[in-house]
Amino acid sequence: MRMFGRNAVFAAMLALMPQAFAQKAGGTLVWGTSQVARHFNPAVQSGYATAMVGAQLFSSPLRFDDKWNALPYLAESWSFQDDGKSLLLKLVAGATFHDGKPVTSEDVAFSIMAIKANHPFSSMLAAVERVDTPSPTVAVIRMSQPHPAILLALSPALCPILPTHIFGDGVDLKTHPRNTNPIGSGPYKLAEYKPGEHIILEKFPGFFIKDRPKFDRIIVRIFRDSNALAVAIERKDVHFVPFWSDLALLDRLAKTPGLAVSDKGGEAIGPLNWLAFNTKKKPLDDVRVRQAISYAIDREFITKKLHSGRTRIATGPIAPGTPFYSAAVDPYKADVEKANHLLDQAGLKKGAGGMRAALSVDYLPGGSEQQKNVAEYLKPQLRKIGIDVTVRTSPDFPTWAKRVSSQEFDMTMDAVFNWGDPVIGVHRTYLSSNIRPGVIWSNTQSYSNPEVDDLLARASVERDVPKRRAMYQEFQKVVVEEAPIAFINVLPYFSVYEKNLRNLPTTIWGATAPIDEMYRE
Amino acid sequence: MRIAYFIARRIAYAIGLLLAVAVLNFTLIHLAPGDVVETIVGEMGGASTETIAALRKTYGLDKGFFEQLAIYVSRVATGDLGVSTYFNRPVLGLVADRMFATVLLVFTALATAIVAGTFLGITAARRPSSWLGALVTIVALLGFSAPVFWSGLMLLLLFASVWPILPASGMYDIASGATGWAHALDVAHHLVLPAATLAIIYLALYSRLARASMIEVLGSDYVRTARAKGLSENKVVFKHALRNAILPVVTIAGLQFSGMLAGAVLVETVFTWPGMGLLAFEAILRRDTQLILGILLLSALLVIVGNLLTDLAYRLIDPRIRTDG
Repeated sequence: MRMFGRNAVFAAMLALMPQAFAQKAGGTLVWGTSQVARHFNPAVQSGYATAMVGAQLFSSPLRFDDKWNALPYLAESWSFQDDGKSLLLKLVAGATFHDGKPVTSEDVAFSIMAIKANHPFSSMLAAVERVDTPSPTVAVIRMSQPHPAILLALSPALCPILPTHIFGDGVDLKTHPRNTNPIGSGPYKLAEYKPGEHIILEKFPGFFIKDRPKFDRIIVRIFRDSNALAVAIERKDVHFVPFWSDLALLDRLAKTPGLAVSDKGGEAIGPLNWLAFNTKKKPLDDVRVRQAISYAIDREFITKKLHSGRTRIATGPIAPGTPFYSAAVDPYKADVEKANHLLDQAGLKKGAGGMRAALSVDYLPGGSEQQKNVAEYLKPQLRKIGIDVTVRTSPDFPTWAKRVSSQEFDMTMDAVFNWGDPVIGVHRTYLSSNIRPGVIWSNTQSYSNPEVDDLLARASVERDVPKRRAMYQEFQKVVVEEAPIAFINVLPYFSVYEKNLRNLPTTIWGATAPIDEMYRE
Repeated sequence: MRIAYFIARRIAYAIGLLLAVAVLNFTLIHLAPGDVVETIVGEMGGASTETIAALRKTYGLDKGFFEQLAIYVSRVATGDLGVSTYFNRPVLGLVADRMFATVLLVFTALATAIVAGTFLGITAARRPSSWLGALVTIVALLGFSAPVFWSGLMLLLLFASVWPILPASGMYDIASGATGWAHALDVAHHLVLPAATLAIIYLALYSRLARASMIEVLGSDYVRTARAKGLSENKVVFKHALRNAILPVVTIAGLQFSGMLAGAVLVETVFTWPGMGLLAFEAILRRDTQLILGILLLSALLVIVGNLLTDLAYRLIDPRIRTDG
C-alpha cells in the first residue's frame, strides 16, 4: 500500500511535470509603451524606443548581466590582443538569420563598420580601423588605439548584427527601407508593424540559444496617453511596461493587486536630468553665476516633493550606479545665502525690485514632471537670488532643438543619457572639439576646458580600470565645480509588470536587451 | 440634371479650395523654426554636421522655400502626397490606413449626437416647463462645458476601470485574432467609449438647437392646423414639425464636421484609437511636414465632402431650398 502510495505520488508528479514545464514557455506577452520608434535598426539610431524592439530582432556579439559583466551572445568567447588594439570574437556555430541564412564573421564586420559610419555616437567605434574575418566564425576588430569602451559598444542596444545580404545593397542605411521591416538573428522576428499602433513579434524557432525565447509572441502596444496605459495594465490588457516614467500614476499602479513596480535594470542607460547653461552668454560666462544658480536649486525639494521621492539626486556628469561614478565631488547643497554672496562677488548688483539679472529657461517639450515642472520651479526659486526667470515653452522638439543647438538660449532643462561607457554618452557634452553649432546633444553649452579635454582623451584609451576611474573622478570634480551644467536628478525609469512574470529584464541594459528568458508562471 | 450640375460645380470649387489649402498649410508649417531633421537627429541621440546636411538633402530641405513649394504643389496635383520623413512610408498609405478608423468614429459620434440630441430636444420642447425639459437643459449645459479630453478620461475610468465593461483602448483586440462578424463586434465594442466621448459635446449642442427650433415650429400656423384636423400629437410632431425643426440641426452638423475632426485628435489620443487624429498628433510632435500636410489636405477634403453631403441632405429634407442658387 505504501509502495502504491509512493508510486501514485510519483505518477502524479510525472503527470504534472509537463504542465509545470509548459507554464514556463509559450503564450503571449503584451508589452505597453508610450514610445514610437522611427524604425527598429539600432545600428543607425540610438534611443530606447528603437533599442527595445531592435534587441529582440537582432542579436549582438555580447550581452551584459546586472553587474556590468560581459556575457557570451553571438560571440561565445572573446579576447584582447596586441596590447588591447585588437579584439578577437569567436562566434557561435549554427546561428542563422530569420530567413535561414547563416550569421558569419562577414556580417559582424559589415555591421561594425556600418555602425561606425552611421551611428550618431561617433566616439563609440571611432578607434575601430577595420574588422578582419580569418574564418566564418572568427572576427578580429582592429583598432588604432586601445578602446576600453569596445565591450559595452558590442551590446544589443548598440551593436545589432545586420545581415549583409539585406543591408549591404548599397542603399543609405539611415533611410534603408528594411529598417522598419528588418531581418536579424535575435530571439523574435517581426510579424506585423502598424506605425504608431502596434508591433507584433513572433518567436524565432531557429534562435541559436536552445529553448529560448520563452514567449511565443510579443505584442508591443503603443499608447500616447499614460492614463490609458495605466488603465490597460490595471485591466491586464497589458502585462509589462518598461521605462515607465509618469510618477503621478506610479503609486496607484504599485497598489494595484497583481501588479508590481520595480526600478531595477537599465543602469547603463544612465539618464540624467539637468539644467544646462549657455556658458558664452553673459552673465552665465562667469563661473560664479553658474555656481550661484546651482546653489539656489533645492534638489531635495525637487526629488522629494516634485518627484514624490521617486527620483535620486544627480551629483555630476556620470550617473550613479555606473562603474565610473564618483560621489567625491563638492555637491551643491541648497544655500540661497551662499548663492547671493557669489552673485555679489560676480558684480551682479541688485537693481529695481531686488533683481540682478533676467534669464530665460527653455525645456525639452514632452515630459512635464522632469522638464516643465522643474523649469517652472526655477522661476520663484531663482527670484530669491535676484534672477528674473522667464520660462520659454517650445511647442515641439524641433523648435527646442533649434534654439539650443543654435545657442539661442540662456538656460535649458534637458535629459541626456550616459549610454554605458562615458566615451559613448558622456564625453560628447564636455569635449571642446564637440562644440558644433546646429547639432543637438553636442557640447551645446560651449564649455571648454583644456584640462577636461586632456582627462577625457586619456581616459578613453586607458585600459587599467583603477587608473581610468581616477581620471573620471577628477573629470567629475572639475565639471561639477565649473558648473557648465547644474545636475538635478536621475530620470526615473520603472518597470510595471504582472507579478506572475519571471526573469524580468534587470540587466544593465534593462528592456533594451533581449527578453528571451522572461516567462509567465 | 440639376443635382449633377450642382455637384460638378462644387467639385470644381473643391479643387481650387484644396490647392489654396495646400499652399497655405505649406507656408504656415515652413514659418515655424526647426524642421523634421531636428527631430530625427534628436531621436538618433545627436549627429555630425555632415549627417545633418545629408539628411536635409535627402528630404529636399536644402532647397529654397519657393522651390520646395513648387515641388510639393506639382506632386500633390498628381496625387502624390510624398513620404513621411518619420515613418519612412508613403503619406497616402499611412493616412489611408487610418482614415477608416476616423471616419467610423466621427460618423458614429455624429449620428449618435444628431439622433439622440434631436430626440432629447424634441422631448424637452414638447414640455418646455417640465422637469424633463430642465433636465435636458442641465445635461446639455454640462455636456457642452466639459472639455472632451476630461469627459473622455472620466468615461475611461468609469467604464474601463471602476466598472470594467468596455475596452479601454485600441480599435480591436490584437491578441484575439478575430475575423468576420466577431471582428466587427469587437470593433463595435471598442467604439462605444470614444464615440460616446466625441458625441457628448455635440449631443448637448444639438439637443439645445432641436429644442429651440421645435418650440418655434410647434407654435406655427400649419402645426395648429394639423392639430385642428385632429391628428395625433406624435404625428404632428414627428411627421409635420420635425422636418422643419431639424433643418438648423443639419446645418450646424455640417458646419461642425470640421470641429468634430479636431475633437477626434484628442479622443483618439485618450483611447489610443488608431485614426488620423492620433497620426496627426504623432506627425505634429515630430514636425513630419509631409505627413502633417497630407493629413491636413485629406481632412480638408473630408470637410468639403461633409459640407457637400450636408447641402444634399438639406435639399432632400426641404425641396424648397435651391442649393444651386
